[in-house]
Amino acid sequence: MSTTTKPSGARPAVSLYDEPGPRTRRNIRIWSVVTFVLLGAAIAAALVQFASHGQLDADKWAPFLQWSIWEYLLVGLWGTAQAAALVAVLGGIFGVILALGRLSNVRVIRWLSTGYIEIARTVPVLLLIYVMLFGLPQLGINFPLLWKLVIPLTIANAAAFAEIVRAGILGLPAGQAEAALSLGMSRGQATRYVVLPQAIRFASPSLVTQLVSLIKDTSLGYIVSFTELLYRGQVLSSFNHLLIQTFVVVTLIYLVFNGSLSTLASRLRTRPSTRTLADPGEPVGVPVTDPRPTTVA
Amino acid sequence: MDIFVDSAGPLLQALGTTIVMALIAGVGSLILGTFVTAARISPIPVLRALAFGYVQFFVNVPLLVLLILAVFVLPDAGIIGPLAPTAVIVLALYEAAYVAEAIRSGVNTVGSGQVEASRALGLTLGQSLRYVIIPQSVRAAVQPLGNVMIALTMNTALAAAVGVVELTAAANKLNLVQAQPILIFSVAGLVYMALALVIGLGTGKIERRVAIKR
Repeated sequence: MSTTTKPSGARPAVSLYDEPGPRTRRNIRIWSVVTFVLLGAAIAAALVQFASHGQLDADKWAPFLQWSIWEYLLVGLWGTAQAAALVAVLGGIFGVILALGRLSNVRVIRWLSTGYIEIARTVPVLLLIYVMLFGLPQLGINFPLLWKLVIPLTIANAAAFAEIVRAGILGLPAGQAEAALSLGMSRGQATRYVVLPQAIRFASPSLVTQLVSLIKDTSLGYIVSFTELLYRGQVLSSFNHLLIQTFVVVTLIYLVFNGSLSTLASRLRTRPSTRTLADPGEPVGVPVTDPRPTTVA
Repeated sequence: MDIFVDSAGPLLQALGTTIVMALIAGVGSLILGTFVTAARISPIPVLRALAFGYVQFFVNVPLLVLLILAVFVLPDAGIIGPLAPTAVIVLALYEAAYVAEAIRSGVNTVGSGQVEASRALGLTLGQSLRYVIIPQSVRAAVQPLGNVMIALTMNTALAAAVGVVELTAAANKLNLVQAQPILIFSVAGLVYMALALVIGLGTGKIERRVAIKR
């Protein structure tokens, strides 16, 4: 963990303090030691607690050295990835449509999109899953397992994506759309070729963060018994009775999988692409008919 | 509508559970999240790494996994508590990471002049955090914090998955008996919307009141 803290953890956004002098350095050392001791004590207490119940015994962890167990769990991770990919694509498409709808000039479309977004943002996904799982079958509507998970997540994530894309569009200088329109593009063309590509690039860190959030949401597959990571972990632990070990491993898999995506998001955030919006100094390839002005400069 | 009148008692109790869970976890996560932010921007590398690790852990691991860990798994190591409080603690720990992120984004809005001025006045780091930086950051973060609180309220529903009888669980239970899914789940959804609306309006009001006019 300590190696990954370096990029964003080591440098606070605002410089809150001067270069520490001798007294501050001493204080920092003291507090570091105190924190270390407290942290060590907490970890030790946890280890003692776990060991006293025999949870640290080697034979309880040895099964996780076998590839077959990892294979079993990775099949679950594959299910997680599949569900997440479906939700990301569907939610992304609906999200863009909703974002454009919310910014539309047509009042009805604007109201409908806004209404949908506000409603979908404030209904728990679990409630929607219960509707899929217990509600609709009573009415004779029974979706396949995967879709019982994907539909509720898409409903919720479309709204989240819509808000991110909308923020991206609103964050764009108005001149972009105006310039596109003045070049004779239709509003649709301006949106498609000028506004959306930039808005989505602009919003990409938030989009990746939302992707992490929706991957986490796929753990609700546990409730619909869809084969994803958490559900596989649950099934595995009921076979091998290694509850703690299995769930620790499942947690670690989530941590590594989502953590790498989160790291990507923060990279995107701190190191934006070279084509940033707020960089007017970059020379733009203006078609020059008369070369003289440029040579004079 | 008779359905709701007949089982008003359990339903209201479940709604109460949802609200109490959201309130306690909300307050807990706000306090804890503030401390995590303070640690995150402190000059002590160990604390900073710890806070970073905390946020990374809770932002990347699903809440449902944490709830299952706390409710079903940790008892195997002899760590066991009453169900609803355990769920509330997990919820507070989980959302504290998001609170910390929201406040940290608020910290970024505090001008460096403010920090330098407080330093020039001779405030210690603790003092400038307490009197200058955190108050302004939290004010700037009211809207994001409101969103975190709305998310927290929605996330109380996940407690149903580990057996806490709150609004979602009660709605589901009622539907299994009455078989009126559209009506029952719509009403439950409306109640959640109403809760979110209250939080949204509340944060809007707070934001207008505490906003710093620059």
